[in-house]
Amino acid sequence: MSTMSLALRDSTTMVRRRIKHMRRYPSLTLQLVGLPVVFLLLFVYVFGGTLGNGLGSGPGGRSEYVAYVTPGIILMAMATVAMGTAVSVSMDMMEGIVARFKTMAIARVSVLTGHVVAAMLQTFFAVVVVVAVAFAIGFRSDANVVEWFAAAGVLAMFAFALTWLTVAMGLAAKTIDSASNMPQPLVFLPLLGSGFVPTDSMPAGLRWFADYQPFTPVIETLRGLLLGTGIGANGIGAVAWSAGIALIGYLWARKLYNRQA
Amino acid sequence: MTANINQPAIAVRGLRKQYGDKVVLDGIDLSVAQGKIFSLLGPNGAGKTTIVRILSTLIRADAGDIRVAGHDLVREPDAVRAAIGVTGQFSAVDKLLTGEENLLLMADLHHLDRRVGRRRAAELLERFDLVEAGGKPASTYSGGMQRRLDLAMTLLGSPQVIFLDEPTTGLDPRSRRDVWQLIRELVAGGVTIFLTTQYLDEADHLADRIALLDQGRLVAEGTPEELKRQIPGGHVNLRFTDAAELDLAARTLAATSRDDEALVLQVPHDGGVHSLRALLARLDDASIEVEELTLHTPDLDDVFLALTEKKMEAVR
Repeated sequence: MSTMSLALRDSTTMVRRRIKHMRRYPSLTLQLVGLPVVFLLLFVYVFGGTLGNGLGSGPGGRSEYVAYVTPGIILMAMATVAMGTAVSVSMDMMEGIVARFKTMAIARVSVLTGHVVAAMLQTFFAVVVVVAVAFAIGFRSDANVVEWFAAAGVLAMFAFALTWLTVAMGLAAKTIDSASNMPQPLVFLPLLGSGFVPTDSMPAGLRWFADYQPFTPVIETLRGLLLGTGIGANGIGAVAWSAGIALIGYLWARKLYNRQA
Repeated sequence: MTANINQPAIAVRGLRKQYGDKVVLDGIDLSVAQGKIFSLLGPNGAGKTTIVRILSTLIRADAGDIRVAGHDLVREPDAVRAAIGVTGQFSAVDKLLTGEENLLLMADLHHLDRRVGRRRAAELLERFDLVEAGGKPASTYSGGMQRRLDLAMTLLGSPQVIFLDEPTTGLDPRSRRDVWQLIRELVAGGVTIFLTTQYLDEADHLADRIALLDQGRLVAEGTPEELKRQIPGGHVNLRFTDAAELDLAARTLAATSRDDEALVLQVPHDGGVHSLRALLARLDDASIEVEELTLHTPDLDDVFLALTEKKMEAVR
């Protein structure tokens, strides 16, 4: 068997292992998906009426706010799942089984690819749930099939980047607690970007941060594809941030996994 | 790919490892013949686990020429990994999976055909008395069951060389006997075992050869018999009814130590019947009444204490 097909086979085995974990202990997944759904309902039904009026375009009110906030909540869901990934990786590394894997003649990267692919599936599940709830409470999109696929592609890219980054965080963490604390800021980034309100309503310093942080171009690209707003340079920004974060996350994770005590 | 039968299963020359300023392994040389049990004996912190971690490719040595199953550890780590199995002192099972799933995971990672993998897993569950528990998550297993599953997982790949790092630490006496029995069966099947332990009786029971590790150096190596012969640990303990008798005996015999509280005198002795008769004759001649006599033949404890104490004195 060639090195490549060996890596693929071992990685598939590791993905199956992670999926078994998730299916046997679904509470973590449900918790990770539940949080963004609660935020969606909270923002639409509690703050939505007022916030929608402040958007300053269209009819205003709750119905307009559902459309505005859904891309932000989707990104929040991705960040929440990524946080769970860091915790799962860190828990796994504390088990003796990973030391066993390292003494076996298997593709070394497969333990990590198992985590990455399983986390991507978990993200996909979370995003589908969030979008379904959003549709149920009045979200409508005028996107065609190509635009939906493009949106899925942008999300997959960014999820891939966040996953590698949080896999690395999980490896870097010395305790489970620090593994859950390290990626916490990611969950707040949609709030400190264009996820919940337009950035031009923010004070100067915060606005500068909100405009230049990675979540904003991804959210704006998503809005453009699903709601038909202008995308501009955000598309390039989303791709560049995804590629950059994925590369850094991957290299960091690989270095940590191969480190020798 | 099977290694030449005359070639050692494990050959180590000049192994060194240090963490920062602390030298953990200071020039280890050892050789383990195929199909034998080699036991590395030493107190906690002697460096036993570090050696196992190096030989099983988990960490790198700072220096040394090391071959395992005929393969160079640095140049062909994957060939070494394909030939070995490791069961450490902390259980290397996936606690979220069931016992059977753990074994099937190993079968997949050894790239066994699905049907062959299922058969091997079923055989091992049977052999390790885990058939009933096979469908339950490993997190619900007792310590002894987890260790058995751990060993079963190690065996699934049919390794030529097995590293067992303190395999019976924390087990109850019965599980301990089970593990011993299993180790003997494995060696009968031609496997080489590298066993670390801090229990002298375990090494004495199982090992063909023993090396004593103390503070990163091998202080002695040989068969259990050779090691016991190295030190004159045999003696006779004589207990008396009162201090006067003890005094008298101490003057009559060449005692190595006396305990005035317990009224016990320790006299060196080679374990032979002839010299024992001579000793008793001398006590009779002096009309010394002995309350109790116990014979102590040297065991590995004596060897171990003698060798490590010698070193402590040299340091002082």
